Amino acid sequence: MGLKQNLHALREKYRGTKMAPAFNALHTFLYTPNDTAKGGTHIKAADDLKRTMNTVIMALIPCLIFGMFNTGYQHNLAIGEIQAVTNGFLSGEFWSLANFSVGFWQILPLIIISYGVGLGIEFLFAVIKGHEVEEGYLVTGMLVPLIVPVDIPLWMLTVAVIFGVVIGKEVFGGTGMNILNPALTIRAFLFFAYPTWMSGDKVWVHGAVERTKEIANGSTADAISGETILGTLAQNQELSYSVSDMFFGFIPGSIGETSTFLILLGGLFLIFTKIGSWRIMLSSVLGALVMGFIFNMVVDAGWISNTSKFYGLMSTEFWHHLLIGGMAFGIVYMATDPVTAAQTNKGKWIYGFLIGFISIMIRVFNPAYPEGVMLAILLMNVFAPTIDHYVVQGNVKRRLKRAKIKTA
Amino acid sequence: MGLLSKKDSKLILDPLTDDNPVTIQVLGICSALAITAQLKPSIVMAISVIFVLGVGNVVISLMRNIIPSKIRIIVQLIVVATLVIIVDQVLKAFAYSLSKELSVFIGLIITNCIIMGRFEAFALGNGPWKSFLDGIGNALGYGVILIIVGFFRELFGSGTLFGLKVLGDSVEKTGLYALGYENNGFMVLPPMALIVVGIIIWVQRSRNKELIED
Repeated sequence: MGLKQNLHALREKYRGTKMAPAFNALHTFLYTPNDTAKGGTHIKAADDLKRTMNTVIMALIPCLIFGMFNTGYQHNLAIGEIQAVTNGFLSGEFWSLANFSVGFWQILPLIIISYGVGLGIEFLFAVIKGHEVEEGYLVTGMLVPLIVPVDIPLWMLTVAVIFGVVIGKEVFGGTGMNILNPALTIRAFLFFAYPTWMSGDKVWVHGAVERTKEIANGSTADAISGETILGTLAQNQELSYSVSDMFFGFIPGSIGETSTFLILLGGLFLIFTKIGSWRIMLSSVLGALVMGFIFNMVVDAGWISNTSKFYGLMSTEFWHHLLIGGMAFGIVYMATDPVTAAQTNKGKWIYGFLIGFISIMIRVFNPAYPEGVMLAILLMNVFAPTIDHYVVQGNVKRRLKRAKIKTA
Repeated sequence: MGLLSKKDSKLILDPLTDDNPVTIQVLGICSALAITAQLKPSIVMAISVIFVLGVGNVVISLMRNIIPSKIRIIVQLIVVATLVIIVDQVLKAFAYSLSKELSVFIGLIITNCIIMGRFEAFALGNGPWKSFLDGIGNALGYGVILIIVGFFRELFGSGTLFGLKVLGDSVEKTGLYALGYENNGFMVLPPMALIVVGIIIWVQRSRNKELIED
């Protein structure tokens, strides 16, 4: 008997027991079940939840690989091993094995913790509640390592994943019932619980925290500073990165969100496969541009002086806002989460527009919360059902009016 | 309990568990979020509410037959305000720093819905002894939740209990902190109190399925 037959035999043995959901999850992950519906008419659709999740993960893989190279690149650049890139996206200084291996060994534990802890909780709840394990965590588990700073301590990530999955998802009834995006819940928890590890100029480049400690203990090495662009701008300082650096992602930041170029490709892939909503992506971009443009006009009109603490971020050219920070990543992979986004088409436009609009507003007005996109998406997650409600009610009212005119 | 009849002991014990004012009736949440960042203010708040509700219930119960029903809310307010002012003055006289820490929230006991709720729902229709037990019971039920929330928030948020550094010194890096442990800043923020109360509600309702409402 092959593995498949063995698994089927085991499945029959465990049917109806407490452990059945956990076993079934592993089984269907490896093989398509050979149960088919018998009799009657039924609809066959290829894009089940597993297919959807896998598509999103495929869209995330380039960001992950790039993140590994970039982690190593930023580290090696900071310690003076290599020179800054010169030839754009295909620079040899960037795509080197030395860079990759540094990043790979830093990021692998984060991925293992994210999936191990998160899926462990999913399995636990499935066994307790007696339902099948849902595939919802597959994407969350991949998103989490991409949106945290590379040097985040593993125990903090563990605590945050437990919190995010239990409080963000399982208390509401599991996959498909959650109000907030679980990956962002995890990041928000980390952000508020351990702010020293989630912001500032020491956490974005691998090795910076370590180096600070060494210096405190009397080492003579140079300090590594890895401020993000948002941090630099919030302090009204000059940027040392070019627009192409920002677009291709050769900048410090959370692991997977630096390369706007690859995120754009991932976004197009999601739109092409009809997994991600183009309405949300487009309207979020519009919202961000509008808000950025308003701020630019305020600066042009001379309403704030260049000594104001908002000047640095306000005077940033409006379209640069899309290239820096986690804006693009949030719009493409987080705002489009089908569970927590608005469901109606008109609702999606409003929901997306407000995400972009509010992100830039938080980013500019509250430099203590440099990543406005996280908070904006969580806020709009909460409002999505309300938006949908009014869109649906509006439609009902309009049609009632039409019906009345006809009968009158 | 030998001292109390079965009915009387139910008055005290029910609010502690299956009829808890905070987790079942969802009253008094505001102060439960505001002052539970540490254990000590939580306990002081619990004691204050026990005093106010215990005495207040007796006073209202004694006056229940002479209060014109049209102005009963005003009378209740005067009783509770008087008692709260006594608590406030005592705290200011004997525990000034604590009184500073609790700031407006002692004064806001007046608006705590549990108190007016018990006056209306119980003291106006029952004798002084029963009202006293009911008041103590409900205030204890409120206090228990406050203390549980305060315990977890202080332990994980500041690494202390009653100000004692039970997990080691976070600045000197001793105890757990030497291993890289850090205080959870989220625990100190009020939203986390809401989540802790939520978890208590979750645990309670999964132990007793009858409490789950549709």
